[in-house]
Amino acid sequence: MTSVAPFMIFFVGALLVAFTDGRVRQGVLLAIPVLGAINLLGLGQGAGLQVELMDYRLTLVRVDSLSLLFGILFHLAAFIAILFSLHLRDTLQQVTGVLYAGSALGAVFAGDLITLFIFWELLAITSVFLVLARRTERAFGSAMRYITIQVTSGVILLAGVLVRSFQTGSIEFGFIGLEGLAGWLIFIAIGIKCAFPLLHNWLTDSYAEATPTGTVFLSAFTTKVAVYALARAYPGTELLIYIGAVMTMFPIFYAVIENDLRRVLAYSMINQIGFMVCGIGIGTALALNGAVAHAFNDVIFKGLLFMSMGAVLYRTGKINGSELGGLYKSMPYTTGFCIVGAASISAFPLFAGFVSKSMVMLAALETGHPIVWLALLFASAGVFHHAGIKIPFFAFFSYDSGIRTKEAPLNMLIAMGLAAFICIFNGSYPWVLYSLLPYPVDYEPYTVSHVLTQSQLLFFSALAFCWLKLAGLYPPELPGVNIDAEWSYRKALPAAARWGYAMAVAFRQNVVDRLQRRLERLMREIYRHHGPQGILARTWPTGSMAFWATLLLGAYLILYYL
Amino acid sequence: MAGKRKQHLFDDPLNVKRAIYLLYAICGITLLADFLVRRHIDHPWEGTIGFYAIYGFVACVLLVLIAKQMRKVLMRSDDYYDD
Repeated sequence: MTSVAPFMIFFVGALLVAFTDGRVRQGVLLAIPVLGAINLLGLGQGAGLQVELMDYRLTLVRVDSLSLLFGILFHLAAFIAILFSLHLRDTLQQVTGVLYAGSALGAVFAGDLITLFIFWELLAITSVFLVLARRTERAFGSAMRYITIQVTSGVILLAGVLVRSFQTGSIEFGFIGLEGLAGWLIFIAIGIKCAFPLLHNWLTDSYAEATPTGTVFLSAFTTKVAVYALARAYPGTELLIYIGAVMTMFPIFYAVIENDLRRVLAYSMINQIGFMVCGIGIGTALALNGAVAHAFNDVIFKGLLFMSMGAVLYRTGKINGSELGGLYKSMPYTTGFCIVGAASISAFPLFAGFVSKSMVMLAALETGHPIVWLALLFASAGVFHHAGIKIPFFAFFSYDSGIRTKEAPLNMLIAMGLAAFICIFNGSYPWVLYSLLPYPVDYEPYTVSHVLTQSQLLFFSALAFCWLKLAGLYPPELPGVNIDAEWSYRKALPAAARWGYAMAVAFRQNVVDRLQRRLERLMREIYRHHGPQGILARTWPTGSMAFWATLLLGAYLILYYL
Repeated sequence: MAGKRKQHLFDDPLNVKRAIYLLYAICGITLLADFLVRRHIDHPWEGTIGFYAIYGFVACVLLVLIAKQMRKVLMRSDDYYDD
C-alpha cells in the first residue's frame, strides 16, 4: 500500500505546526489538507489497514464509497477552515484545529468500533480547545459543559461496544440497528453528538462561545461524524424519521427569537441535521443518498455562514443582531458571500441545498410519510426565514448600527469565496457530487415542477417576512437568553445540588443537635446520681448502716420461722 | 470605501421600495406560472393551485407569531446563567 492512514498526515502535520511559526507555519498548515487529499487519491476503494491490539484486530482504515465521500468532504472542509484562520498567531488553536480534523478523518475511516471510540473521544478532547481559546470566563464554562457531554457520549459508546463485543464477539463497525442494550447504548452515544432533541444544547452553547475561527472548524466535523456513524450503523431505523422531523421543526422557533447570530446558525444547524437524520431513517437508496449529499453541502454552506459571522465578530467584536446592522457598507464582499450561503441553506435553485434536501423530501413522500413531508416543508420555509433572511438582514442590512469597519482579511475572503464557489458549483452542476454518493443516483433535481414549487415556497416565505416587518409584527432583536433543555443542567441541576447541600447541612445539624441534647441529658443524670450532691456519692453514717443491717437480719429471722 | 459620505444602495428609501416591488413581482410571476404549467405531482395535497405559495406564506407567519409568544415564556436576561 502506497498510502498512509489519512489521520496520520494531520497528526504529524500538527506536530510540525507546533514547532514552526510565521510563513513556514502557514505553509505547513495549507500543505496538510493538500497532501492529505493526494494521499486519499491513492487509497483505492476497498483498501484497508489492520493492526493487532491485544485480542482484537483493529481496522484503522476501511475505504468504501461512504467513508471516501466523508473523507473528501473533511479534507475540503479542513482546507477551507485552515485558510480562514491563517491570519491567527495562536499555536493552541492552530495545532488543535488540525488534530481535530485528523480525528474526524480517523473516525470516518475506522472499520471497527474500538478505533471509532478512540477517535470519537479524540474529537472531543481536541475540539474543546477551540472553545477555550476564546479565553473568556463564559467560554471556559461553555467548554467545561462541552467536554463533559462529549466525553459522556464516548463513555456510553464504549459501554455499548463492550456489550456488543461480549454478546456477538464482533467489533466490526457495520449495521448495528436498535436491538438489545448494545444497540441502544451506541444509538444514544451517536445521538448526543448528532444533537438529538433534548441532547442538543452542547451545540448551541459551545458554537456561540468558541473563537470566530474555531466555530468554523467545530461546525464541520463533530456532527457530521455522527451523521456518518448513523448512516453506517442505523440506516432504515424508523425512529430516526420522527427524531429527524422533530429536529427540523423545533430549532427554527428558537432561531427566530435568538439574538446571538452564531447561535441562530447553531439552531439552524440542528434543523439541517434533522433532514439528514430523517433521510437515514427512511433508509431507501434515494433517502440515504440525499442524507449524505446534504451532509456534504451543509458542511460547506454552514461553514460559509459561520465564516461570514466569524468575520463580522472578528472585525466588530459584536455578534448580537440587536447591535449589528448596515455592515454591507463596510463589508460588501462578506455580505455577498453570506448571501450565497443563505441562498444555499435555503435551497434556492442553482445553490447547493436545492439538489440534496429535495431528495430526502421526495423519499419521505415515496415511502408514505406525508405528515413528515409537511413537517420538512414547514422547516424548509422556516430555515429560509431565519438563516436565509434573518442572518444577512440583521447583520448587514436592517437599521444602520453606525458601525464602520474594514472588510474581512484577505485569507478570510478567499476561504469564503472558495466555499461560495463550491455552493454554486454543487447547486448548478450536481453530477460530480452525485457520482460520489454511495448508491447510483436516479434523481433529476432540475425539473420545471421542482424549480417552480421551490421558488414559490421561498419567495412567499420572503413575502411573509416582508409583510410582518412592514406591519410591525416581526419581533425585534432583543438581548437575552431563551430557556432551552440546557436549563435542566445549567439551572435546575445546580439549584437541586445547592438545595441538596443545604438539606444535608440542615440534617447534619439536626442530628448533631439531638445527639448533643441527649448527651447533655445523660450527663445531667449521671451528675445527679454521681455528682457531689448525687445520691450515690453521699457519705452515709455508720448508724444508718447498722440500722438497715439489723432490719434485714430481723426480716430474715421472721421469714425463717414462718 | 472611497468617499466619506458615500451614498449606499439602501440609504435611498426608493431603492428599498424598488426591492420590495421586485419581490412582489417575482411572487406574482411564480404564482401565475402555477396556472400555466402542469406540475408533476407526487402527492394529492401538493396538486392544489398555489399550494407551495400558500404553505410557505402561512408557515412563516405562524412560525414568527408562535415564536413571538414563546419569547414571553422563555426569555430571560442576558446574564441569566451567570452566577
